[in-house]
Amino acid sequence: MAHAETHPGAPDGTQLQGQQHPLGIYIKVWAWLFVLSTFSYMVDFFHVQGYLRWTLILILMMLKAGLIVAVFMHIKWERMALSFAILIPPVVLLVLIAMMVLESDYTFLTRGIFFGGGGS
Amino acid sequence: MTPPDSEATLAQPTALTDGLPGIAADWSSDQRAFKNVPWGKAMMWIFLLSDTFIFTSFLVSYMTVRMSTTVDWPNTSEVFALSFGGDPIPLILIAIMTFILITSSGTMVLAVNYGYRKDRAKTAIYLLITAAFGATFVGMQAFEWTKLIVDEGVRPWSNPLGAAQFGSSFFMITGFHGFHVSVGVLFLILVALKVRRGDYDVERRGFFTSRKGNYEIVETMGLYWHFVDLVWVFIFAFFYLW
Repeated sequence: MAHAETHPGAPDGTQLQGQQHPLGIYIKVWAWLFVLSTFSYMVDFFHVQGYLRWTLILILMMLKAGLIVAVFMHIKWERMALSFAILIPPVVLLVLIAMMVLESDYTFLTRGIFFGGGGS
Repeated sequence: MTPPDSEATLAQPTALTDGLPGIAADWSSDQRAFKNVPWGKAMMWIFLLSDTFIFTSFLVSYMTVRMSTTVDWPNTSEVFALSFGGDPIPLILIAIMTFILITSSGTMVLAVNYGYRKDRAKTAIYLLITAAFGATFVGMQAFEWTKLIVDEGVRPWSNPLGAAQFGSSFFMITGFHGFHVSVGVLFLILVALKVRRGDYDVERRGFFTSRKGNYEIVETMGLYWHFVDLVWVFIFAFFYLW
């Protein structure tokens, strides 16, 4: 964990504590985001179907999200006290997702029984 | 370990513990837990965390209705296809919107960078370019909504293309995201004007918060804007591609 870089700030001599990094890494990440987005579009364009489609979509999505959060939003350079406070809580959402998957499977089954395949 | 709590001394870099012990040290320091982070930025992160939960709730409810419907889900690839004279290109409108938003994230990064270099002119220009891309995105979304509502007859409660839940999920998720982009555009213009006026060079107090502002506000603004881009990554994957 690198310290947030400090640099000369306001005219009165106080220092800004913000994140300043070389432009190179931003440009690289920017380019990667374009490439990854093109790939995800290609998944649809070439009609990739089934598990391969879902795997590719998820991998490309996670890579893009990771790059944005790590570099563009500076989490890579923040202190762990902040990054953990932000990245850990959303993990509980997986529980919500798991519960709703079970729930919707059940709803789907009962609808299949009572609607006999019709209705919505 | 840390000097007394005053703005002047807190701004100085102090010897901070790194790694996992650093988390314990920061959180148990009987002071602010987020060292080296301006309060505005910490608050923005907390807001974004709550926003993450809101957007996830929307996406999870979309997942639930899509998994539980017995009617076929409309093929987004065809619904959002666009024809430029020839055959319709699948999902092209959404692809262009994605690229526009990524481009705007890049210009936002440049604005933050030039802000810390105290380059007023360039910071303001890049902020305005970012706002312009954001406005373009909202414009294309308005076009997409019009096409779906007027031409295709999609409604939040029904649609002729398949499962009725498609409409409600679509309008709720993209509408909420579009609202975020619109608010972001307004704030980008506001921050750009303040940068241009030199507010952040002289730490002029804000008209609403009465707090001193400096170029860290540009970074905080950037956090919000990248988050909007981040949410779009998930919407693009789950709603449009899935």
